[in-house]
Amino acid sequence: MTALAIEAHGLVKTFGENRAVDGVDLAVGAGTVYGVLGPNGAGKTTTVRMLTTLLRPDGGSARVLGHDVVDDADQVRRLIGLTGQYASVDEDLTGTENLVLQSRLVGLSRTRSRQRAAELLESFDLTDAANRPVKHFSGGMRRRIDLAASIVVTPDVLFLDEPTTGLDPRSRGQVWDIVRDLVAGGTTVLLTTQYLDEADQLADRIAVIDRGTVIAEGTSADLKASVGRSSLHLRLADEAQSDLAERLVAQTLDTTPHRTPEAGVITAPVADPDVVADLMIRLRAEGVRIDEIGVQRPSLDEVFLTLTGHAADDDTERTAA
Amino acid sequence: MTTTTQAATAERPISSVAARVERPQPPSALSASLTLGWRSVLKIRRIPEQLFDVTFQPVIFIVMFVYLFGGAVSGSTTQYLQFVLPGILVQTVVMASLYTGISLNTDIGKGIFDRFRSLPIWRPSALVGALLADSIRYVVAAVVCLGVGMAMGFRPDGTVLDVFAAVVLVLVFAFSLSWIFAFLGLVMRSAGAVQGVSMLAMFPLTFASNVFVDPSTMPGWLRAWVDVNPVSHLVTAVRGLMAGSPDAGDISWSLIGCAVLIAVFAPLTVRAYRRRS
Repeated sequence: MTALAIEAHGLVKTFGENRAVDGVDLAVGAGTVYGVLGPNGAGKTTTVRMLTTLLRPDGGSARVLGHDVVDDADQVRRLIGLTGQYASVDEDLTGTENLVLQSRLVGLSRTRSRQRAAELLESFDLTDAANRPVKHFSGGMRRRIDLAASIVVTPDVLFLDEPTTGLDPRSRGQVWDIVRDLVAGGTTVLLTTQYLDEADQLADRIAVIDRGTVIAEGTSADLKASVGRSSLHLRLADEAQSDLAERLVAQTLDTTPHRTPEAGVITAPVADPDVVADLMIRLRAEGVRIDEIGVQRPSLDEVFLTLTGHAADDDTERTAA
Repeated sequence: MTTTTQAATAERPISSVAARVERPQPPSALSASLTLGWRSVLKIRRIPEQLFDVTFQPVIFIVMFVYLFGGAVSGSTTQYLQFVLPGILVQTVVMASLYTGISLNTDIGKGIFDRFRSLPIWRPSALVGALLADSIRYVVAAVVCLGVGMAMGFRPDGTVLDVFAAVVLVLVFAFSLSWIFAFLGLVMRSAGAVQGVSMLAMFPLTFASNVFVDPSTMPGWLRAWVDVNPVSHLVTAVRGLMAGSPDAGDISWSLIGCAVLIAVFAPLTVRAYRRRS
């Protein structure tokens, strides 16, 4: 592997009794996208805050491009960009003002700052909103201005803390495109996310984090192999046909389907999603009417169930799938 | 190198912009502080209600105190105005410094401070910037006080330069005092708590002083406090300057008070700022 952009060894952060981060090790190759995947409260944000010099670790050490985040914090700050989980732009200021502010703070001249703000607004499709206060922006626009503020000068390492949480699918896609473009430009990106598909889409390697520790690490393919298979979700138009449908699913997919407590819903593990096409033909041939059918990738819940033996959110009652 | 062609930006918009800007030297401490001060000024412009306490409040105070107490305290409202206006000027500006803490407390909870702290800038510049911008509020307060006073008949005997020096002295004091409130703003949990505690400090500072009355009729224990209260020294210094007979002693004491305030609270505040997560 090439040089490491981020390396962390046994990072620990405690808040009172709570060990928010409990010995996290990370190794992120330069020029790659690294996904840190985990549910709320797993310690993702705290880890990012330590790596970006905002929090002092209580134990362990971390280096960003060879600079220690505690002893050499100033040097680290010169190399990184950060987009926090909550909009880290000023809501009362306009898009232009925010970007000029940011440009001035990284040391660009007054004229260059104005120029840069205009460039970024155009690239991020925000020119129309240039003179509107950010508080009137939509969620997706906020994220974009936030990202733009992080790249007024090109960071060597960019940290994105849950960049798409709460965004609609279209805005999510836009953020993903932006991240891909940044990486194409040579920036290393560490992003945290609650969504498996986001990590899957963007990250070269993924660390799954739970209760402050890394419980699995690898490429998305590694991870999926450890997680298991996709699942079929079938809702019948007429629940009286449940028995028949169950039998057909069992025969076609060669597995044991489950009936969920919801009437007329059948789920089953799917080894090869292609076979679902055969199933649909058979269902039609037998006159079984479908209300809804889908094949779902393993969800984060399933990742957690598989990797940890407990659900991502312990408060949620899970029905056996 | 920085020319953007429209066609190219439409095709691969971000990378064309992202790939190109090298990091310059980080800004100097002064430049970063001024930039962050500029941010606060923009916020005042956007939310002008922030200026209520330095515009309407002094008007009400001056009118109310002069007509309420003037006859009783000094025999006539004109005479009392001459006595009380420098005091109310000081009180208004000192009270305005309280909002530094409250606004800092609300501001710092937002994500933008994370961003400031992840930048290679002089760490206290966010604080210094906020305090500098607040100085503008103090100037507004001073101008409103003097304006209303003059309109009601206040006539300083000092020269324009004396009056200017008096105002500058008040501003320096308020800037120094605002470090206390900035400190409270950083260590207290909520803006409401900051306001409560600050008000508690504000009353003995401004009312238990020579702002409104001559302390000679006060009981001994209160007079002892009034005599050491830095606000009293400041008020006496400002009165002297406005009357055209500056008292070097009181001016020095006020400035020493400022120096002590900054020497104690600036490091404490900066430390609290570093620790705040």
